[in-house]
Amino acid sequence: MTETLTIPTRARRPAWRRSPLTVAGLALIILLALIAVSAPLIAPANPLKQVLSTRLKPPSAAHWLGTDQLGRDVLSRMIYGARISLMIGTVVVGLAASVGTLVGLIAGYAGGWLDESLMRLTDVFFAFPALILAMAISGALGPSLTNAMIAIAVVSWPVYARLVRAQVLSLRELEYVEAARSLGASAERIVWGHILPNTLAPLLVQASFDMGGAILSAAGLSFIGFGTQPPTAEWGVMISEGRNYIATHPWLSLFPGLAILFTVAAFNLIGDGLRDALDPRLRGTG
Amino acid sequence: MTLLSYLLRRFVGFAAVLIGVSIITFGLSHLVPADPAIVALGDHATDAQIDAFREKYGLNKPVPEQYWIYVTNLIQGDLGISLRTRRPVASDLRDFFPATFELSLTALVLSILIGVPAGVISATARNRLPDHVVRIVSLIGGSVPIFWLGLMLLGFFYGRLGWLPGGARIDKFIPPPPTVTGLFTVDSLLAGNYKAFSSSVHHLLLPALALGYFSTAIISRMMRSSMLEVLNHQYVLSAKARGLRPWRVVWRHAARNALIPTVTTIGVTFGSLLSGAVLTETIFSWPGLGRYATNSAINLDFPAVMGVTLLAALVYTLANLFVDVGYHWLDPRIRHD
Repeated sequence: MTETLTIPTRARRPAWRRSPLTVAGLALIILLALIAVSAPLIAPANPLKQVLSTRLKPPSAAHWLGTDQLGRDVLSRMIYGARISLMIGTVVVGLAASVGTLVGLIAGYAGGWLDESLMRLTDVFFAFPALILAMAISGALGPSLTNAMIAIAVVSWPVYARLVRAQVLSLRELEYVEAARSLGASAERIVWGHILPNTLAPLLVQASFDMGGAILSAAGLSFIGFGTQPPTAEWGVMISEGRNYIATHPWLSLFPGLAILFTVAAFNLIGDGLRDALDPRLRGTG
Repeated sequence: MTLLSYLLRRFVGFAAVLIGVSIITFGLSHLVPADPAIVALGDHATDAQIDAFREKYGLNKPVPEQYWIYVTNLIQGDLGISLRTRRPVASDLRDFFPATFELSLTALVLSILIGVPAGVISATARNRLPDHVVRIVSLIGGSVPIFWLGLMLLGFFYGRLGWLPGGARIDKFIPPPPTVTGLFTVDSLLAGNYKAFSSSVHHLLLPALALGYFSTAIISRMMRSSMLEVLNHQYVLSAKARGLRPWRVVWRHAARNALIPTVTTIGVTFGSLLSGAVLTETIFSWPGLGRYATNSAINLDFPAVMGVTLLAALVYTLANLFVDVGYHWLDPRIRHD
């Protein structure tokens, strides 16, 4: 007698059904990127143009999100602000991830005293509360957007170094790396060709969380005067400029703050989704 | 590994990190392009004064020797003179620290009191309404710019409704309590001054809520995921099977063990509280280290900025050391590995 074994199968649900929030996050970021790219085409006004006769106007048909204390169109400034925020996230995470990955690869593959000293170096960077060190660095370099990005990258790279090192340590003992080694592949080839590609997935998860983190830190630095400088249309600067009008004209700070909130939340949702997809054990626990 | 050798190893690591921290702050002070002697003493300083200053801080010596002098001064508690307040940075830090400590501690306590139960409720009601609410609220907490949240709270509760005060630590018509701990809430209770106590609690509320939201979000997320794991363990199932009341199983058996991994996040959270204090204090005119640091940095007062940076790193490292040791003590499984 033959027994039939039935394996319960579940129809593969589309991505937006499996994790609707991740897809929503991704859609939001794509939308934001489109807005940032097409800013000159879609912004109703020049974000720097002051029209003092129409200052501090509430949202209306002419100015959807109102005007600020210098009569500049808030919506246009928000649209241009998207460019800066996305650029900050990309540049900071790109810098931090490249440096961190390189350090992590060297530490993990070389081992020994080099590994030990590089890891102690990351310990030292972890000892500082991030924003305080970033403030000290941008204070020392002088307040500007570029220096703020450098400062945030300086406090962000150690996470990547630790992450990549841990991956390298577990990967280099695996058989396929052993096989490559026994075939005479050089250390360089093993690291770049065999180990690095396999560290990319967790790196991507970290990067999406850090995109949000970098945008938050940069906005914070701008708010206290160490990042982007006025009159540039940047969300942190806009919140700071609206500060004195918070009781009477709350929209000046409200809208840029919501923009930061939604952008960072979108990156966090993407990070959650990627992490769950890569580690099924975590699914639904985050 | 015995507890003693573990502590010893941790202490050596702690000392090594502090040396690294001092190298970074020393390096940063040397990045500043201006001549520190002229910046500190002003344009009208005589050559003799400038020479004396350079001699004291070793500015005319080779860099390694300068670092040595810097560290020796640090160990003796000499962090230099603030260019803005013209007082020793160490005395400024001592004066401003209690305000930041009171604010961060209140925020931390609030975030534990809210975050832990929120995480437990979220896990036990998994995929039902309370879970969705907690998850959305913590997603916002992890994404909201803290300075904007503070500003909105201030605009609404102070500007619109007038329910809560708009800044500072205590009402300006109420004299601060005599200093014992430096924490206005504790000191006013010690003095039996309930009016001052009530005023300082009212002043603490908004900044502590704004500051604590991010940590609340992190703690509730961590608590939720560790509860979900613990709830599947054999001992929880057997407690249920023995017919114990559900709330007893959840709180007495599961939550207690789920707390252990959450404790480690509290250490990390402390760093975000210190960073957040810089922004929150600026919004709420809170006379603490964060506002001191911001005002100093704006005025290029480098000794003061480096003093705050060093102190923040010291406090953060110490907090993590305590958390690690506490974790070691709480969880017998990792004690002897």
